[in-house]
Amino acid sequence: MIIDTGGMEYREINSALRAASDEIKLTGCLGQRFIAAGVSGKTIEIEGIPGNALGAYLNGAKITVNGNAQDAVGDTMNSGEIVIRGDVGDAVGYAMRGGKIIIKGNAGYRAGIHMKAYKEKMPVMVIGGAAGSFLGEYQAGGLIVVLGLETEGKRIVGNFPCTGMHGGKMFIRGSCEDIVFPAGVTVTQAGHEDIEEINPYILEYCELFGYNTDEVLSGDYTLITPDTKNPYKQMYVAN
Amino acid sequence: MSVEFLYPEFEVIRNSDRCIACRVCERQCANEVHSFDPARGIMKSDESKCVNCQRCVSLCPTRALKIVKTDCTLRENCNWQNDTIREVYKQSNSGGVLLSSMGNPKPMPVYWDKMLINASQVTNPPIDPLREPMETKVFLGKKPGKIEKDKDGNIINNMPPQIELTMPVMFSAMSYGSISYNAHASLARAAEELGIIYNTGEGGLHEDFYKFGKNTIVQVASGRFGVHEDYLNAGAAIEIKMGQGAKPGIGGHLPGEKIVGDISRTRMIPEGSDAISPAPHHDIYSIEDLRQLVYSLKEATEYKKPVIVKVAAVHNIAAIASGIARSGADIIAIDGFRGGTGAAPTHIRDNVGIPIELALAAVDSRLRDEGIRNNVSLIAGGSVRSASDVVKAIALGADACYIATAALLALGCHLCRTCQSGRCNWGIATQKPELVKRLNPDIGSQRLVNLMNAWRHEIKEIMGGMGINSIEALKGNRLMLRGIGLNSKELEILGISHAGE
Repeated sequence: MIIDTGGMEYREINSALRAASDEIKLTGCLGQRFIAAGVSGKTIEIEGIPGNALGAYLNGAKITVNGNAQDAVGDTMNSGEIVIRGDVGDAVGYAMRGGKIIIKGNAGYRAGIHMKAYKEKMPVMVIGGAAGSFLGEYQAGGLIVVLGLETEGKRIVGNFPCTGMHGGKMFIRGSCEDIVFPAGVTVTQAGHEDIEEINPYILEYCELFGYNTDEVLSGDYTLITPDTKNPYKQMYVAN
Repeated sequence: MSVEFLYPEFEVIRNSDRCIACRVCERQCANEVHSFDPARGIMKSDESKCVNCQRCVSLCPTRALKIVKTDCTLRENCNWQNDTIREVYKQSNSGGVLLSSMGNPKPMPVYWDKMLINASQVTNPPIDPLREPMETKVFLGKKPGKIEKDKDGNIINNMPPQIELTMPVMFSAMSYGSISYNAHASLARAAEELGIIYNTGEGGLHEDFYKFGKNTIVQVASGRFGVHEDYLNAGAAIEIKMGQGAKPGIGGHLPGEKIVGDISRTRMIPEGSDAISPAPHHDIYSIEDLRQLVYSLKEATEYKKPVIVKVAAVHNIAAIASGIARSGADIIAIDGFRGGTGAAPTHIRDNVGIPIELALAAVDSRLRDEGIRNNVSLIAGGSVRSASDVVKAIALGADACYIATAALLALGCHLCRTCQSGRCNWGIATQKPELVKRLNPDIGSQRLVNLMNAWRHEIKEIMGGMGINSIEALKGNRLMLRGIGLNSKELEILGISHAGE
């Protein structure tokens, strides 16, 4: 089913989405916010540029954007998949607790802040290009992968990544010598077993966007893990 | 004695004529103050561990125990008081940030106690609530600005979603994790029986409590713990927590040792991992961003739930509330600086923010001045202690009040202010199964129902005395209040006259 969103407000779009069949294409999207907030069980393809908070609280739907997306994509997403065939703005995947976000290009500031995980619920975010500052602050669980493809020598992660990280893992392609990490995390070269863990997501990325898997997997990957899951333990005295 | 030694704050006085060495005190004290000396056949005390929670005193079958404040103090000094000196010692010993629980205990002004309520004499009759109907029901939410009619002249229902309460009091946010399963069960059951609402706090909603949904506010805080579509749709309203009166401007850390079993599952974080709520929501840096969160929640719940924005009472609260009232929020909850907490840095709790009475009056006046008062309902919290506090809050402009400390007292809390230890002997602020089971939800919920029914009667009596027969007629009716012992600036902010005027 095709919905032409030209001239529609977000409330109308979401009503139409909920009433529509399971396979939907939204065309002419021009900055409407909150598209597919809390939606489950649908496959949605978007032409144009959706506005902020695309797929907030997403609950199992699959969204593909054939272009760029704006801020707060997948905010507090619970499950499902969001594929962006372009770049995304700030705060992508904030407090994400499950599902997958795969971005072909770059992500803005504050990507993957406070992602969490519980048992089988393990959120995954793959950023194909570069990520802005404050990547993965307060990360409490899940997996963030930054590939740095087509970044033309630019630093692939901005300032202050991983501040307050206390769970989960982050992989960054390359040796990361030009990136400053905070105290409280361990930065190592990813080993063979570590790469195995991200392999399926790299394969999916390459298949989606037509990259050569061997090329993307070649070279070093840096693995960042937190030193403790209780960063505040020693900070207080009972009064 | 070493320089680190601090003389215990409390002494355990055991009347040996009465003590029968039954060891109840020993079994009841999770802090391990009491022990039995088999050689001498007597009970011993280690008062250094005592927090004065009164559990042993309450349960001693022969009334042999009392806990008293020690008279072994440092030399009196009005500037360097004992508590201040002890804080310096504790920090010198540990290098830690001082952490306290429950509300600000300092002798700060309590404006409730400096306002007096009017009553009718001669010129208009008081109302006796025992023989005349009194309306304590309130509806919280945005009220439409005008009546709309369709082309046939029929009224269009343009009423946004509302919370309906049988009385203008709700149980304020306390997370599952900071308080126990049985404490949550007591609050939820009492709210259902009373026709009022309790609040999940930021720790998610245990699956057993979804059935209380219509009496539940689900909270969304910066850590977004336990937030998912079913949770958002489970409650009667959604509350975005921007701040808390006891700790404005900072987040929260529930230590990993409390993240066990169901708490871990409800919050959706691994067992043993700290639950960290960052100070800001990292997707909200402006009123426009707040609007975005408000509307993303409304979109996800199809505009069926009112959205509350809870903020701490801080210096610019009136301007902040004005922004929130324009953000699309349906209700603003304001939490004053005497409000409680499961744990907060002592000096933030005791020094940051402003009293709820001044904040409430300032916000109500500002929203009226700007003509947007009906865009939102106002909830006042942060040390509402009695029915008369509720009446004064309504008269200052609140639509309803939040209570939490009073509710915990009903459940057995003795305000020992050591919630952060996780060893609450009353089964409230603990996750230890052997302590949690001490709080029986049958009894707990009944005590909450008793308390609220008593307050409801008192509210009716006080309103009746003024010749007012509904909360709606009392709301913002500041002529019903007079100040006592307040200066002109305080009276101006509260918008009331002095007694005698």
